[in-house]
Amino acid sequence: MSSPLITARGLTKKFDEFVAVDEIDFDVARGESFGLLGPNGAGKSTTMRIIGATSQRTSGDLTILGMDPEKFGPQIRAHLGVVPQQDNLDMQLSVSENLYIYGRYFGLSRKFLKTKIEELLEFAQLEEKRNAKVESLSGGMKRRLTIARGLVSEPEILMLDEPTTGLDPQARHILWDRLFRLKEQGVTLVITTHFMDEAEQLCDRLVVMDKGKIMAEGSPAQLIKDYSTKEVLEIRFGSERNSAMAEQLRGMCDRIEELPDRILLYSEDGEALLEKIYSAGMHPKTSLVRRSSLEDVFLRLTGRTLVD
Amino acid sequence: MSTSNIRQGSLEIVDQEKIISRGSLYVAQARLAAMMKWVWMILAIAVANPVLYLLSIGVGVGAFIDKSAGPAGIDGVKYLTFLAPALLATAAIQGAIDESVFPTLEGFNGWKNFFGMNATPISGNQIATGVFLASFVRVVGTVIIYWFVMLAFGALESSKAWLAIPTAVMAGVAFGSITQAIAGLLKDENMFFVIFNRFILMPLFLFSGTFYPLSSMPSYLQWIGWISPLWHSTELGRYLTYGHALTQTMAITHMVFLLTLLVLGIFFSRRIFTQRLAK
Ligand SMILES: Nc1ncnc2c1ncn2[C@@H]1O[C@H](COP(=O)(O)OP(=O)(O)O)[C@@H](O)[C@H]1O
Ligand SMILES: [Mg+2]
Repeated sequence: MSSPLITARGLTKKFDEFVAVDEIDFDVARGESFGLLGPNGAGKSTTMRIIGATSQRTSGDLTILGMDPEKFGPQIRAHLGVVPQQDNLDMQLSVSENLYIYGRYFGLSRKFLKTKIEELLEFAQLEEKRNAKVESLSGGMKRRLTIARGLVSEPEILMLDEPTTGLDPQARHILWDRLFRLKEQGVTLVITTHFMDEAEQLCDRLVVMDKGKIMAEGSPAQLIKDYSTKEVLEIRFGSERNSAMAEQLRGMCDRIEELPDRILLYSEDGEALLEKIYSAGMHPKTSLVRRSSLEDVFLRLTGRTLVD
Repeated sequence: MSTSNIRQGSLEIVDQEKIISRGSLYVAQARLAAMMKWVWMILAIAVANPVLYLLSIGVGVGAFIDKSAGPAGIDGVKYLTFLAPALLATAAIQGAIDESVFPTLEGFNGWKNFFGMNATPISGNQIATGVFLASFVRVVGTVIIYWFVMLAFGALESSKAWLAIPTAVMAGVAFGSITQAIAGLLKDENMFFVIFNRFILMPLFLFSGTFYPLSSMPSYLQWIGWISPLWHSTELGRYLTYGHALTQTMAITHMVFLLTLLVLGIFFSRRIFTQRLAK
């Protein structure tokens, strides 16, 4: 196997005394789609800005495309396409000017950009808005423009920080589809998200982050296998009774999680477990059997839910 | 979003050499493109400003002053001629502050577009230099327009008068580079520049020998002139536009002061921008 595109060892970032990223280790291989999954404040964006060769790490080793970003920031950035969490477009310029100027920052020729901008406007469905000032765009349009802008230099590594936040479901699925295609073309993707479905859809491999630390690493399927059961039974007895019932349910399954509004029971066979519960004379108000997700992995690892 | 096929992953198109040599020009280009959005407003201000000031204070107030001063005039010339170089440098400073402070505050705090630029091969140094270069262009434009209005008002008496253009530009960019560095330190668009305008810029404008010679001010106030780029530039401007008495030593002192400020301003802007982006 060829050497990884990105290698981090003991990567740490402190803001004064506060440790935002705490000695994390990971590798990203060429052509892989790598995810950072974690709740708000986990340190995902901070990690992304360090990999993006802009923010300087406090300690640890980091190599991107064989170079140390502390010494070769511009050289590394020439190969990256960055979609930051917060759109940072040039608000005074028009849609097409934003793409043009951004391309110039990569030293791209006018001629190249002329066709590239058409491609990207179509991709972002902003053809009609090409001359509109960015200030006047809706949130979703700005997001699409930021994503298109990240592609202007045909980057080898595309870094997306919470790419679909602020997009409607349809635009979200279309973006996922686009990212699949890029991956097929050999582009390496680094994605952060706090949506577990996005992580499951997009990532070959991911790390679960919380409070600056990596809690677990693996493919979505492997993580679910390692940290959860095949199925989950969700039942509700009503908020006052949940807690008392949970006591009685303990021991009937591998693991149980008590949330404010419902009880999660982890089992290889959810239907069979539900049968058992009914036979024991308990009658939940609602019940639902579903497959385990990364949400359950996160709950197991941290005792908290991902999105709240 | 559309699902058309976009070619990706070809690195050959990125021209590293070009970015290193021209990066700051690309940043300046972006700034100038933004200025072009309201170029008519900029031009209108650039023309209306000198016309109004020279007419009201230079000609209007000047008529009274010239009458009481007698044939000797102020510093040997009409009040309009005396005043104009100071107003020229003031306009340069105002233009420079507009184009350095506003984009810097937005770039770091509001729109955060500096972080967008910095995600490309463009460095913090290049962003700082680019913003400076764009403000330099604005200042040069403003000063040239102002200078022609002065010419139309008959406020230029010396054949060296055209050299007042670079000395006024110097005042603007020296001041602008310093305010750019300061703006780079500010964490939010707070009251700093409101206070700055009231308590630093306004006193400098009033106490820099703008309306009367610095030497006629009480000596305990004269230090304000000495730390003010406006006074240094005005002294040079007066020498160049009508032959105000100026020793060679003083002329050199004025130029060295302005140049030092400019070099420090650019140096610290670049440093502050780079450090802030690396946080
Ligand atoms: N520039 C900064 N200065 C101080 N603290 C910061 C800065 N950037 C991020 N943090 C803190 O670091 C932690 C991680 O933030 P972030 O990386 O944005 O998390 P995430 O992207 O996972 O939501 C948060 O507690 C945040 O407040
Ligand atoms: Mg984030």
